[in-house]
Amino acid sequence: MKKTAADLEQIRKETLKNVELRTGKDGYKIIVGMATCGIAAGARDVFKEAIEKVIEKDLDSVTVGQMGCIGLCSMEPIVEVISPSGEKTRYIKVNKEKIDNIITSHIIDGNVVSEYTSES
Amino acid sequence: MAYYRSQVLICAGTGCHSNKSNEIIERFNEELKKHGLEDEVQIVTTGCFGLCAAGPIVVIYPEDTFYSKVKADDVPELVEEHLLKGREVERLIFTTEDDSGDEPKTLKFVDTDFHKKQRRVALQNCGRINPEDIDEYIAFDGYKALEKVLTSMTPEDVINVMKESGLRGRGGAGFPTGVKWSFAQAAKGDKKYVACNADEGDPGAFMDRSILEGDPHSVIEAMAIAAYAIGADEGFIYVRAEYPIAVRRFQIAIDQAREYGLLGENIFDTGFNFNLNIRLGAGAFVCGEETALMNSIEGKRGEPRPRPPFPANKGIFDKPTVLNNVETYANVPKIILNGAEWFNSVGTEKSKGTKVFALGGKINNVGLVEVPMGTTLREVIYDIGGGIPDDKKFKAAQTGGPSGGCIPTEHLDLPMDYESLMSIGSMMGSGGLIVMDETDCMVDVARFFMDFIVDESCGKCPTCRIGTKRMLEILERICEGKGEDGDIEKLEELAKTLKSSALCGLGQTAPNPVLSTLQYFRDEYEAHIYEKRCPAGACKKLLSYEIVADKCMGCSACAKQCPVSAIEGEIRSPFTIDKEKCIKCGACMDTCRFNAIIKA
Repeated sequence: MKKTAADLEQIRKETLKNVELRTGKDGYKIIVGMATCGIAAGARDVFKEAIEKVIEKDLDSVTVGQMGCIGLCSMEPIVEVISPSGEKTRYIKVNKEKIDNIITSHIIDGNVVSEYTSES
Repeated sequence: MAYYRSQVLICAGTGCHSNKSNEIIERFNEELKKHGLEDEVQIVTTGCFGLCAAGPIVVIYPEDTFYSKVKADDVPELVEEHLLKGREVERLIFTTEDDSGDEPKTLKFVDTDFHKKQRRVALQNCGRINPEDIDEYIAFDGYKALEKVLTSMTPEDVINVMKESGLRGRGGAGFPTGVKWSFAQAAKGDKKYVACNADEGDPGAFMDRSILEGDPHSVIEAMAIAAYAIGADEGFIYVRAEYPIAVRRFQIAIDQAREYGLLGENIFDTGFNFNLNIRLGAGAFVCGEETALMNSIEGKRGEPRPRPPFPANKGIFDKPTVLNNVETYANVPKIILNGAEWFNSVGTEKSKGTKVFALGGKINNVGLVEVPMGTTLREVIYDIGGGIPDDKKFKAAQTGGPSGGCIPTEHLDLPMDYESLMSIGSMMGSGGLIVMDETDCMVDVARFFMDFIVDESCGKCPTCRIGTKRMLEILERICEGKGEDGDIEKLEELAKTLKSSALCGLGQTAPNPVLSTLQYFRDEYEAHIYEKRCPAGACKKLLSYEIVADKCMGCSACAKQCPVSAIEGEIRSPFTIDKEKCIKCGACMDTCRFNAIIKA
């Protein structure tokens, strides 16, 4: 179909969301521990849930990634959230429900869910 | 649009493709499916990253991990470890050694010297986007320049920007692009054409191929801009048939652009029409010469026509035509978007912008690099190219292919641009840069290029047809040790005649490799002729292998290795080589553990 200049701008915006991954996104990063211990504790489900939630809430600037074992296997699944300014929050024993809450309150509203963190 | 949390970029340029990157792509698809990751991870096939020596290349985002020399069998591990568990596969990450003598470091692509010292304009999208997806090109400001030109600029504006930018033809001759366009614009005619020369024929040059493979839309957009500037509505791209991937991707790009209405009638509803066709070349070097190329597009024999008239007045089907090279076009959209000053702030006084070089020969990082004009050969070879393998000594670099010349050691620090290379008897050419070390014979190099020219001369004008043949005969004689006193002078006389009387650029520039090697390595010619000796030890006819009796332990290893049984002797006493039988393959020398075999 023939495109107008406005159509191209729309395509540009839409596609950029996808290709931005290659130039580095500027939003929150959600990093799930996906070593054997993490996967055994259910990290894969948490990870999938995180991706689904990000799509559902249209959080284009968020990067969802994984990391290996950090040596706290009894605390798995571990999820780290890194804010755009680089602040790191570590959540432990995360499940589907917890990741939903983390995304809603931490990523969207900016409030750390302190009852899930390793400090609590 | 789907959300992918990770993207796997796999190089599908010709270099990596011939190292089976297509199998890698297939395996990734299989493995992702196996692990149920196909909706989370996207496979993106890209064009050339430039570091062909490290191919096949796979880059995984968002981590930006640069994997090199990946094999299909590595894919299950990459998927399971990196994509599923988030652990980088260290053994496959690109490493580089530096001078500090420390352990090789694993590096991200952007942190390599190879990448850091480059400035990518023409190659900007190569290795970054999927060339078969027009949306990705559009995402990185694609077709914005065409829109700007059609909706807010007059043809004169466009030509003025091109003139101010200082962009010159990247095919070799370096004619100012804006000036060329203004001639075609001024020419009278009811029909005009734009054409793109993608008949890249210089041995060792492959930047045009990589641009067509990695970023075809940039050329389409630029050709449409040129068409608007000169008042043309039809274009041709002339690609050699030996570039099947480039041809296929370019056709896909044309189809996609047509579907979006970026080619065809009434583009952006401005009333501007432009159609583009591909013409395949059958592999004749002379068809890279502009008038021969146009004959070939018309369906005639690929022979040059006399100039004038120049193509700007009488080109394809005798209509005014603008013909530019692929790399030249690739710069155009960026100049329109960023302005002439952005472009001409880089480079030297008379040569603006960047130039892509294809590094080949005796160099570690064989591949494509793009550097500002005025970068020295030393920076290109040692900083970006990673130096010469096996710590051999640099001897010369050949630029400009069979039309160019060599740059010897004393000019390593010369800032390279059109004028400076001319002044030392070489030329920019299309940017093929072949590095030679101490084991390369310069007479043999001249002979190689002359051999190429004799094959490729179209035969229309006798100076080229006969002159190059005679020059080749003399060069062959010299390499075989049958050179005579006066041969050098004969070569020089023939060269002078060819330069002044051949019909086209092919013949006029054909003597350049001979003249430039004579200028810098005359002593090598003289050694061949008067001492019957090849100083580099490359010319087989002038070479003999000998066993030093004192060093030979009589182990018979060399005799077992010799393919023609030319080595004989008794165990534990020195062996000898029968020089009549010896074919000078050098296998014995490679085998000997006592360095008892020498080249003489």
